[in-house]
Amino acid sequence: MNLTLKVWRQKDAKSPGKFETYEARNISTHASFLEMLDVVNEDLISKGIEPIHFESDCREGICGTCSMVIDGLPHGGQPGTTVCQLHMRYFQEGQVVTIEPWRAKPFPVVRDLIVDRSSFDRIIQAGGYISVRTGGTPDANALPVPKQNADLAMDAAQCIGCGACVAACRNASGMLFMSAKMGHLSYLPQGQAERSRRALAMVRQHDSEGFGNCTNQYECEAACPKEISVAYIARMNRDYALASAKEMAGVE
Amino acid sequence: MSTAAAAAPSRPNPLAAFYASTIGKKWIVALTGLGLIGFVIGHLLGNLQIFLPPDYINTYAKKLKDLGPLLWIIRFGLLGIFVLHVVNTIQLRQRSAAARPEAYAVERKKAASKASLTMIISGLILLAFIVFHLLHFTLTVIPTKDIHVLDPLGRHDVYRMVVGGFQNPLVSIFYLISMGLLCMHISHGFQSVFQTIGLRTRRLSGPLNLLSNGLGWFLFLGNAAIVLAILFGLVK
Ligand code: HEM
Ligand code: FES
Repeated sequence: MNLTLKVWRQKDAKSPGKFETYEARNISTHASFLEMLDVVNEDLISKGIEPIHFESDCREGICGTCSMVIDGLPHGGQPGTTVCQLHMRYFQEGQVVTIEPWRAKPFPVVRDLIVDRSSFDRIIQAGGYISVRTGGTPDANALPVPKQNADLAMDAAQCIGCGACVAACRNASGMLFMSAKMGHLSYLPQGQAERSRRALAMVRQHDSEGFGNCTNQYECEAACPKEISVAYIARMNRDYALASAKEMAGVE
Repeated sequence: MSTAAAAAPSRPNPLAAFYASTIGKKWIVALTGLGLIGFVIGHLLGNLQIFLPPDYINTYAKKLKDLGPLLWIIRFGLLGIFVLHVVNTIQLRQRSAAARPEAYAVERKKAASKASLTMIISGLILLAFIVFHLLHFTLTVIPTKDIHVLDPLGRHDVYRMVVGGFQNPLVSIFYLISMGLLCMHISHGFQSVFQTIGLRTRRLSGPLNLLSNGLGWFLFLGNAAIVLAILFGLVK
């Protein structure tokens, strides 16, 4: 199949960017979107044009590196799919496809479609962990976890930190990411000790990075390649208010 | 060095930190929004007495006026709630706008409702409406037919004032549009409150959406019924 691509090109964070138009020729409908871009890049290189810079690593939907907004939807908008898993059969012959980077102040563009997501790392550093002595693997069932909690924790732990939630959100809010990271710890016994501290520290870091505020439109959930539920955001809102109340009252 | 000043780490005041945070502000928007919804429901139920003989609504109005100092406490309470709601929503919108300095060339939505995307617009027009409404029927400074007549018992004839007010088609249309916007604001806002305060679960999301839309329509139809009944001379 043949497509016309309108791709965001930007030399670095400081330079202004603009859209360039390229033709994608003879693309197999079995190809993934990234493979299609590989083909286009081969062609650009042969013409002496700088190839389109984009990120990818696992190409099987688990690392969360690939990131681009395709025709207005992060990862192209197929349910539960990252760009690397997005097949070309979803596109029509001759379609014009617009490709943009994630747009958010805390995700500055590094080059073309690549953005710097270290603001997410700093949210994790602020509290998205548990403080324990590491050692040998504990015995299975040494610490009983109710099945339902284990499931909810695992659902949250599916978050690959790709940033599609921020990209899809009208407010560039990082709350689905942050709440998933809080949720996978707060459903488990190991996560309880630092639960309040974690909620306060992560939300404050999120805010100081310049992410926006959730307006409960649930675009993040619809865009999430791991289909993480906004129920985790509700739970985080509750945890944060409780933690703040405890802090105000001086509860030790 | 062991002076007290050097030893004390500078920790943010917890209340100030909560108020400054995105989630803290959103909690305030939700709780004040819920308070405003309560008021709007009570206000409508009181006003539906326009469909009863004039004595009912005039007695009701007199009772409210006779609350004296309590009435002022309620009024200032409402004003406080309202100001907190408006100030915090505007601040949040500004922060969110700053978080997306460069717009997308192509934007598509999968989940967001029209109502949710226009909260700030419906809100700001409601603000203008509420100022007008207070000038119209509370401060009675907008020239209106029968605005200051007394009823046979010598009380302010609120019934005649309301009927006189809505016999003006321009005023009525402005009220109808505003009530449409209130309907939209609340159809998103009510279920949103439960998400913000952490009570919206996966199981409750469906029923809450239904309730939220129902509440929006109830407020629209109830208020519009008053305006339309007067405009078309069914209540006179
Ligand atoms: C009778 C008047 C009003 C009522 C009953 C009301 C009710 C509500 C409710 C229940 C919410 C949802 C809170 C949440 O998302 O958790 C809300 C949100 C909002 N309100 Fe109001 N409101 C009123 C007036 C206003 C006014 C005058 C403004 C003017 C700026 C305004 C602006 C907003 C905005 C922008 C939001 C969305 C906030 C967000 O999604 O983050 N509202 N309102
Ligand atoms: S490349 Fe790893 S998720 Fe797409």
